[in-house]
Amino acid sequence: MTTLAPPPPAPVADDARTSPAPAAEEVATRRTADELLIILESGDLERTWGTLILATSAAASGMKVSIFLTFWGFYPLVKPGVRITGVNWMQKMLSVLNRPGIEHLKMSRLNFAGMGPWMARRLAADHGVASPAELVDIAEAMGVRLIPCQMTMDMFGLHREDLVDGLEEPAGAATVLAKIANGVPALFI
Amino acid sequence: MTVETLRRVDARGLSCPMPIIRTARAIADMQSGELLEVLATDPGSTKDFVAWSRTTGHELVEESQEDGIYRFLLRRK
Repeated sequence: MTTLAPPPPAPVADDARTSPAPAAEEVATRRTADELLIILESGDLERTWGTLILATSAAASGMKVSIFLTFWGFYPLVKPGVRITGVNWMQKMLSVLNRPGIEHLKMSRLNFAGMGPWMARRLAADHGVASPAELVDIAEAMGVRLIPCQMTMDMFGLHREDLVDGLEEPAGAATVLAKIANGVPALFI
Repeated sequence: MTVETLRRVDARGLSCPMPIIRTARAIADMQSGELLEVLATDPGSTKDFVAWSRTTGHELVEESQEDGIYRFLLRRK
């Protein structure tokens, strides 16, 4: 996970002696962002999960949240029941090898042919952690905007009818960069 | 003085981010000045509710803990 937002400006050296660094508490109360952008690229179970937890928490904290879905980040939003996506054999093969849908995400580590995700979901349920599917519903209800990447849709041969309802109009990198240029903090996950 | 109604969110047994999500959704339906009581068992919620109160401006009036149950009293801004 890397942050793409510019670092906060360093304190001016001349003031360093006279005005000490602000206390941690003061920094925490300072409000600098009311919007958050997450670029979900990986589509792994744990990263999609983390993205949704962060996005729903940010929305609950009053932030305007957008998730830009690109590359592997798309497969979590393929509708349940849609098994094979794509038009040509290569696009279809991708979906065969990488089963779409939020219930079929793989882990980036310790996947063990689905054993890892099964255990992760089981542990999460035992500890009262909402599932990724529940979090998608909550995110939508809280106004989190899910923006599909047009280029990925074209490349993977995905159609709007393959994807869950409630998505924004597909957009491209320029849309994402316009937000970053305006100072919106962005996470690439 | 207006009559204060006390609402309650029971987030016991739920992990991050659900206590905050449920609280945010409950407080959205309330009037300014109304009180909300939240019960949680997630130990992380003690820090989270302080941070959330700062971010949103809803006042954390009281917090206490008894037998592993955290109780937060919030006032809608």
